[in-house]
Amino acid sequence: MSELTSNLMGRLTWDAIPYNEPILLWTFVAVALGGVGILAAVTYFRAWGVLWRDWITSIDHKKIGIMYIILGLVMLLRGFSDAIMMRAQQVLSFGNSMGFLPPHHYDQVFTAHGVIMIFFVAMPLVTGLMNFVVPLQIGARDVAFPFLNNFSFWMTAFGAGLVMMSLFVGEFARTGWLAYPPLSGILYSPDAGVDYYIWSLQIAGVGTLLSGINLIATIVKMRAPGMTLMKMPVFTWTALCTNVLIVAAFPVLTAVLALLSLDRYAGTDFFTNELGGNAMMYVNLIWIWGHPEVYILILPAFGVFSEVVSTFSGKRLFGYASMVYATIVITILSYLVWLHHFFTMGSGASVNAFFGITTMIISIPTGAKIFNWLFTMYRGRIRFEVPMLWTIGFMITFVIGGMTGVLLAVPPADFVLHNSLFLVAHFHNVIIGGVLFGMFAGINYWFPKAFGYKLDPFWGKCSFWLWVSGFWFAFMPLYVLGLMGVTRRLSHFDDPSLRIWFEIAAFGAGLIFLGIMSLIIQLVVSYRNRASLRDTTGDPWDGRTLEWSTSSPPPAYNFAFTPVVHDNDTWADMKKNGYVRPQRGFIPIHMPKNTGAGFIIAALSALGGFAMIWHMWLVACVALATMLTAVIVHTFNYKRDFHIPAEEVVRVEGIRTRMLASHV
Amino acid sequence: MSISKFTRVLWVMPAFLLAGCNMVLLHPSGMVAAQQGHLILASTVLMLLVVVPVIALTVIFAWRYRQSNNAATYTPDWDHSTQLELVIWAAPLLIIIALGALTWISAHTLDPYRPLRKVDASHTVPAAVKPLTIEVVALDWKWLFIYPEQGIAVVNEVAAPVDVPINFKITASSVMNSFFVPALAGQIYAMPGMQTQLNAVINRPGDYEGFSANYSGAGFSGMHFKFRGLSAGDFDHWVQSAKTAGRELNNQGYLQLEKPSERDPVRRYSVVTAGLYDAIVNQCVTPCPN
Repeated sequence: MSELTSNLMGRLTWDAIPYNEPILLWTFVAVALGGVGILAAVTYFRAWGVLWRDWITSIDHKKIGIMYIILGLVMLLRGFSDAIMMRAQQVLSFGNSMGFLPPHHYDQVFTAHGVIMIFFVAMPLVTGLMNFVVPLQIGARDVAFPFLNNFSFWMTAFGAGLVMMSLFVGEFARTGWLAYPPLSGILYSPDAGVDYYIWSLQIAGVGTLLSGINLIATIVKMRAPGMTLMKMPVFTWTALCTNVLIVAAFPVLTAVLALLSLDRYAGTDFFTNELGGNAMMYVNLIWIWGHPEVYILILPAFGVFSEVVSTFSGKRLFGYASMVYATIVITILSYLVWLHHFFTMGSGASVNAFFGITTMIISIPTGAKIFNWLFTMYRGRIRFEVPMLWTIGFMITFVIGGMTGVLLAVPPADFVLHNSLFLVAHFHNVIIGGVLFGMFAGINYWFPKAFGYKLDPFWGKCSFWLWVSGFWFAFMPLYVLGLMGVTRRLSHFDDPSLRIWFEIAAFGAGLIFLGIMSLIIQLVVSYRNRASLRDTTGDPWDGRTLEWSTSSPPPAYNFAFTPVVHDNDTWADMKKNGYVRPQRGFIPIHMPKNTGAGFIIAALSALGGFAMIWHMWLVACVALATMLTAVIVHTFNYKRDFHIPAEEVVRVEGIRTRMLASHV
Repeated sequence: MSISKFTRVLWVMPAFLLAGCNMVLLHPSGMVAAQQGHLILASTVLMLLVVVPVIALTVIFAWRYRQSNNAATYTPDWDHSTQLELVIWAAPLLIIIALGALTWISAHTLDPYRPLRKVDASHTVPAAVKPLTIEVVALDWKWLFIYPEQGIAVVNEVAAPVDVPINFKITASSVMNSFFVPALAGQIYAMPGMQTQLNAVINRPGDYEGFSANYSGAGFSGMHFKFRGLSAGDFDHWVQSAKTAGRELNNQGYLQLEKPSERDPVRRYSVVTAGLYDAIVNQCVTPCPN
């Protein structure tokens, strides 16, 4: 009997529920109430059917893209709560005061903050934007493997769900976001925290890898006729390079986490000193994934800026070819730099110098990109709409982050700056100032395309100014603290002279909080004023690429007729040459059919992951077997496609015709 | 206070703050750290050559080519200029060539494994001076310093005479830490089962902060130690005070010491079992298999 219980429940007991920690308890109460409220609302509005049919089972790349972005924004709130707690702790915890977070809790907070912000905020935002935009930009009706796309999303979402679950059931890792062994090994982290880390990343990682394969196939095989590689929009180029990086890098992450799991579950010694294992092997492997990862995030942001700067300057992008080659060079070089993350582990001088110099070389194509954006603005007609503001904010902020990055690439400088708050300031400088600003530019830019109305510019500008000033207030003090020799991940300080800098940083975090609030208000206000913000043309910004040639929001089939491409600013070229939208001759359109298989398989793998975390071997086996069965059953589903009848296309295109006519 | 006065105060405030804080990385007390500080400044200045113009041009272009400025030229189809693109690629390239050269040279001259040739900017190491060897062990969550030549050991305090090269040999008992005294020299990791090295010298007497720069678990925040730069006489005195502590560090005592503890007071040992450090590196303080 007790053996059955232990196989069923593993090491999960009531002790895993943190009801004696007030912060977590109240968070749980708030989440539970919010959750019940949402469920009640969905039931009240009888929205379950709509939710299931139109969203959860949807294989439409546009809806999946939107769901990715919602996931990213929701997780941003969680990751930012962690950030606020860290800022508060570091302000309060001086001298005799130990602050409000004991190390046991604080160490989980900074680990979760890093993991969530990279894997469940930045990645979903980037993937979501690529998912939504790429097929529209290349004139395709969906991605190459629509079912896989739905499955990828749900794997990412359930991975995020597992991380969230660690808040209320057990605990999260206390290892830092990359979980270096031996600290993350079973000896020093015997509890479930690192297992939550491993399984949530493994499950989300499968989703990311499959989505990478999907988008590569889409971009390579499904471009509209005439769109040669050198006529692809720059965002699509950056998406291609990013997905190549994903496909090449994520298997390394999967492998290294699998080895760590073997160490933890099966007692192997890959990363311990026994039997010839070595923890530095883990550090090498994780950074062979980890460094390309930062370019996976930043390249699509560069793509967004390229689209935005050219649209809002009313000008062709300066140096298209050099932009493309710069992207490719960055893609390749991103594999030759990983060792710069551990110059301080005692590699020889020549090895350190080699990796330092390869790192610096990346700043050459990156610098070229910045100059290209600059000369796109030169002799343009710049409209300071919200996406353009984000772009200018990015250009000014990002060069500082780039500069400190190159500084950190000089090994002897890194010896004193490594692991310091200077380093923390640097990577927030490039990830917030680069990736996040890019995502906000992209969201403001493509929102009217996705929903048919623009985002409110006033609250958009509030959000922009609060975020930008908040960023500078929050992170410039960390550069100073780094130069004062303050290291990161500390939950307590003795020297009171440091305090003022943490207070300024906390003030900056407060501004960022207001920036996030403005973003939420912007979404609400825009929804309420959607009638006056309506985009009837499908082309609200005088855009230059194909996504602006179709209606906002686009019909399920994106394009009634596949466009033909003659120029890399296809839509600008079509408008200039008097393109006339076809209004007859519509034929049935072949489309993929929704399926719940992706959601079910992903849910089962999350259950399996949860069972593995808590050593519920029986549940894990059942979940694995059911998941495999679900996969096999899905392969027998032959009803995967249907035709949108010609009459339906005529009806939808008729609405668009009237909409265009209503616009004077 | 008028608004303009207030904004002026606001502008000056950062300068006051910066003047008030001690940026130890830029004003250290050891030669190696001083060279690393100079390198930070030199690299930053070199990069500002391109960063400042970029920021300035961004602001200037954004303002000059704003939509409402009809006086500005507008060339919607101008998207290529070979000369300009050459400049665009060449400017960062030239800076990186300069910085790359600086990197190659400094990575070798400031290699932590390389024995020092100078004790400060102008004096080479006298032939008679032998480097002081200090063996460092990062424990959960404290530091053990063994002086093999003096035969003493100290927990959470380390001292060295000024202007004498120090050769640190560094390892760890359980997880990864990083040995860092910002005023002295850059950090290097302390890893179990492995040994890293650091060569440094302190040039000004004084007490300096030392700590672990790599997160190592619950007691990490309290993992401080004092690094003391002492005159030759004071250093001998410091060694004597350990010699008279009357405590012995043998394998058994080490295994006790190794157990996790936080914010330990300074503890001195007058005798250390020979070969203890090597046993720690080889992870066989308890009797080795062979």
